[in-house]
Amino acid sequence: MIAEKEKAVPNRISEKFGMLKERGEKALITFITAGDPDLDKTKELVLVLEKAGADLIELGVPYSDPLADGPVIQEASQRALKSGANLKKIMQTVADLRKQTDIPIILMTYYNPLLRYGLGQVSDDAAAAGVDGFIVPDLPMEESGDFSSRLAGKGIYLIPLVAPTSGQKRIKKIAAKAAGFVYCVSLTGVTGVRQGIPENLKEFMSIVRESTRAPLAVGFGVSTPEQVAAISAYCDGVIVGSALVKAIAEKGGSPKLMDFIYKMVQKLKQPLKTSKSKLRAPLGGSGDGIQVSR
Amino acid sequence: MSVLPDKKGHFGEFGGKYVPETLMPELAELEKAYGEAKRDKSFNDELKYYLKQYVGRPSPLYYARGLTEYCGGARVYLKREDLNHTGAHKINNTMGQVMLAMRMGKKRVIAETGAGQHGVATATSAAMFGLECVIFMGEEDIKRQELNVFRMKLLGARVEPVSSGSRTLKDAMNEAIRDWVTNVRTTFYVLGSVGGPHPYPMIVRDFQKIIGEETKTQIIEQEGRLPDYILACVGGGSNSIGIFYPFLDDKGVKLIGIEAAGHGLDTRFHAATLTKGSKGVLHGAYSYILQDEDGQILEAHSVSAGLDYPGVGPEHSYLKESKRVEYTSITDREALDALQALCRTEGIIPALESSHAIAYGLKLIPQLARDKIVVINLSGRGDKDVQTVAGILEVE
Repeated sequence: MIAEKEKAVPNRISEKFGMLKERGEKALITFITAGDPDLDKTKELVLVLEKAGADLIELGVPYSDPLADGPVIQEASQRALKSGANLKKIMQTVADLRKQTDIPIILMTYYNPLLRYGLGQVSDDAAAAGVDGFIVPDLPMEESGDFSSRLAGKGIYLIPLVAPTSGQKRIKKIAAKAAGFVYCVSLTGVTGVRQGIPENLKEFMSIVRESTRAPLAVGFGVSTPEQVAAISAYCDGVIVGSALVKAIAEKGGSPKLMDFIYKMVQKLKQPLKTSKSKLRAPLGGSGDGIQVSR
Repeated sequence: MSVLPDKKGHFGEFGGKYVPETLMPELAELEKAYGEAKRDKSFNDELKYYLKQYVGRPSPLYYARGLTEYCGGARVYLKREDLNHTGAHKINNTMGQVMLAMRMGKKRVIAETGAGQHGVATATSAAMFGLECVIFMGEEDIKRQELNVFRMKLLGARVEPVSSGSRTLKDAMNEAIRDWVTNVRTTFYVLGSVGGPHPYPMIVRDFQKIIGEETKTQIIEQEGRLPDYILACVGGGSNSIGIFYPFLDDKGVKLIGIEAAGHGLDTRFHAATLTKGSKGVLHGAYSYILQDEDGQILEAHSVSAGLDYPGVGPEHSYLKESKRVEYTSITDREALDALQALCRTEGIIPALESSHAIAYGLKLIPQLARDKIVVINLSGRGDKDVQTVAGILEVE
């Protein structure tokens, strides 16, 4: 057993995973870039995502140099920056949303906008706005101590990432400290829509599973209900981003956008609804590994 | 000699590793492989052999009589990195890194390039050692450095145009990192400057410090003493760290790094990161960067593609804060004038990058007594810039 650090304070993220576990469901985590096409639409989109079945929301904070992102999210970032979105306004958007929803909201941001804002100030403002977590793709374990402890003081989680290259030793170190869930990067690469299921995902996920009792969510390259169904065999949540962002880009101006997104998310959530779906997963993952851990 | 960076790759508060988790184990591997190579006599002997027989080292430390007379002050020496194979200091580093890639069993190397000098040097080293090579280059730079693009292709490299962002060096580096994240198991990233995540700033510095080591020996041979000033241009900062580093503990030697002031420091069009920037993270390191109030990276500007970068190596940030090195800047105009001055006084066409160091020399040297000695690092030759310069001068 991995020695766990003192338990993180429960927040909307841990409560949501707990609730899903009771219902025998897995989480659908949806990513959209905040401010694409504008922040009013972002608000509307978050509510539609929730209504359609998303369990957690990831809001991307646009950044000029998103080096972990593929072209779809790069372009969304550019559009969001042009629309005037920034960290402060995005936190204000979350505060507005909190009047209407309790869905867990996680900000995905590169490190420099946080540094510029001030790590202490970000933690204060995020807590006041009702942000539940942060994902910072360019802030590995070695550099994250300062931000992580500031957030912890406010009951906000810094969601750690593990990658297929991490290796068991690092995965154990990273996952042991996990609060909320562990973000498992499904492949070596940047974000973006891809076909099929990454090689060696099963093996990778079983290493992560052995290393922590925190829920596991898989992201990068997941865009279809079929992929979601297959991947759900190995995890407690699936993250879909670029496919939604692409749809927003293509349908941005159209009145049908919300309806389109609603239907898309409904279909993505479908395979996650009952734990039986995992047994029919194309790759036939081991049934035992999927229990949401205690 | 300074023992920085520390174990975690920090130069004081600067440096570190701010990259996606996928790359962290690879950086640890690289650090390990480099540590072993550094202690391995056969690696060092082989590198030494190639630097001598293939690159043409040591590069001369040339007493520039014409320039000295023109300035009418201190005696001026030029460290002739422009005479290296491929025409710039970049190859000192690419030979070392490509040898490291071989040692780590990688068959494919990638690199970013701005002016194209690092791209050409990487393509050259890769061709010599028989490795697949892909160079990422911003579309804007492809336009202004046509000759180098063709050279890279001749050398068997694939040049991948980068159309995101400002389409210059910073964007080429983003794209190189994205490729690296994707192909990390097979690919070695040959980073061209002293930026990026640890251990790159240390590795590149170590491969470039031969410039300063030779300079020290050569100036003692020729003048019997150390110089009073050493000038070098700073983009990412590899040629300047290379010549400064061996002199850091020689307190009598004033070290001056010259950034690109572009259209002027009071405009938005410059690349003077240390002079006008603030602290932040770009491309894996905490250092000075050009950013707006939201922490978005600003586009840099310089007539010289090699200096057109909104970041700088973390060790430079440390040397600025510790005040060991003084950093100043030179405008596009001043650099162009200096390029022409060196052509006429010495018959040497310097790279636009190096022309920034020459330009500062033109201001400084006339104010110094005749018994003072100034060394300018002539980091590259200007053949690649002739078209750009012709374009500007013809318009005028």
